[in-house]
Amino acid sequence: MSPALVTITLLVVVPMSLILIYSFYINIDLGVDRPAFSFENWSELFTDNYYHVAIWKTFRLSVIVTVLAALLGYIPAYFIANTTYKHKWLLLLLLILPFWVSFIIRTLSWIHIMGNQGAINGVLLWLGVIDEPLQMMFNEFAVIVGFIHVFLPYMILNVYVSLEGVDRNLVPAARTLGCSPWQAFREVTLPLSLPGLAAGSLLVFVLTAGSYVTPLILGGPNDFLYGNLIYDAILSELNWPMGATLSFTLLVLLGLVVVLYSRIMGMNQLYKAFG
Amino acid sequence: MGWNLIRLYAVAVYIFMFAPVAVVLLLAFNSSQFGGFPIEGFSLQWFEKLYENEAIVRAFKTSFVLGIGTAILATTIGILASLALVRYRFPGKAWITTFLISPVLVPETVLAVGLLLFLRWLSMPRSFALLLIGHTIIALPFVVLVVQARLVGIRKDYEEAALSLGANPLQTFFQITLPLLMPAVFAGALFAFTISFDNITATIFWRPAGSETVPTQIFGMLRNSVSPEINALGFVMIVITVGVPLMAGGLARYFTRKQR
Repeated sequence: MSPALVTITLLVVVPMSLILIYSFYINIDLGVDRPAFSFENWSELFTDNYYHVAIWKTFRLSVIVTVLAALLGYIPAYFIANTTYKHKWLLLLLLILPFWVSFIIRTLSWIHIMGNQGAINGVLLWLGVIDEPLQMMFNEFAVIVGFIHVFLPYMILNVYVSLEGVDRNLVPAARTLGCSPWQAFREVTLPLSLPGLAAGSLLVFVLTAGSYVTPLILGGPNDFLYGNLIYDAILSELNWPMGATLSFTLLVLLGLVVVLYSRIMGMNQLYKAFG
Repeated sequence: MGWNLIRLYAVAVYIFMFAPVAVVLLLAFNSSQFGGFPIEGFSLQWFEKLYENEAIVRAFKTSFVLGIGTAILATTIGILASLALVRYRFPGKAWITTFLISPVLVPETVLAVGLLLFLRWLSMPRSFALLLIGHTIIALPFVVLVVQARLVGIRKDYEEAALSLGANPLQTFFQITLPLLMPAVFAGALFAFTISFDNITATIFWRPAGSETVPTQIFGMLRNSVSPEINALGFVMIVITVGVPLMAGGLARYFTRKQR
């Protein structure tokens, strides 16, 4: 038994089991609950439409963010993998750099870009295109932009890793055999880079679906995600059993996504992306 | 033609990634009373205000101690785990590797609630120790991956040579393995520090009442608009989390070049 194994067991597996146990407890008052074996919280989750809407919203938003991140991220990854630029390391360093810039700073920076006193409104007002600032902030669009901004490097790095692994002779070979450049890309490069694209998409999807801070900073009152319900239950309502029920559900739902992914793609690509 | 478009697109994406951050850095020096545009003049007053703001200074201290503690804990545990995983054979190794990096795949919100319930079950209040343990769990997988990657590249022959020359396993570790591993240890520790220093998702759940780290402090200060102080704070944070690793990397390069 290595110490790390003990640490993780004690600090991850035990808490996760506790979440399940706690989900059957009964909430009595603020922060007060009673051990029980009650399905009250679970039946609330299954019958109250409020929770279903939140799950649907979260799923929808995560899909949108993932697809947009894939579309935005693939081409830069392709560029880095194929460029003959001498300082390629600089391009890669610039991809790692955002991971070091504080998440909350990166998120709130969009208020400076899209807010009423932001750069876009400033320029448009100055040019006389508009008379009043455009309302671009505190809506779903701003939340999507914030998510993409923060998670895009994961996508680019994953796609880049798999594009780097593609044998350099394959595309020229396809070209000699009569493929057009586009055909060669579609038939050779794209399929070979799919594992990276899938790994990047998985990460972006799971990270988005588990968040709650971005909507609080960039979204309006209606732009909550499933994670915000957990935040509310635990930190505002102090309803621990419900918070546990919601957390366990999130874990299971996202776990299913990961299992589905590993069934199709295997887990190797994910390790590669981290190493 | 096609390639030029691709290059243009890539440049645009890079601008998308960095322009907003650059704006924060720029606005930190704006003399205006408001956090946004227009820029009225150059001023360092917001940095001064930061220094005078006790709550912020306290948050900084908390974040620093927490980050350093996390780096030490996560790196120590991470080295031991990597040694076990790379140098020893035992049944179920593949499972354990998956398991070790599983916290990466558990949503931080869920991890936060789980650990909090654990504490509640033990009837312990939220404390600095909870933050420290929590951040270590979050950082550990990354440290393990970094150290493991390097350890795989260190040939076992060196260790075996030391052992055959009469060093005991502990001596071998401290005089052979660890020095060879040092770049990865350093990188892992920096990684852990940055992860801890930056964390907000789990920290909001774990922080003891009245205690703030820099990110939660910023979060609390945000009320639909960004104050100039937040910009200055952002500037300082970016200098720490980006500047320190870059400098360390640069120094490491400089010294390895000098040695040759």
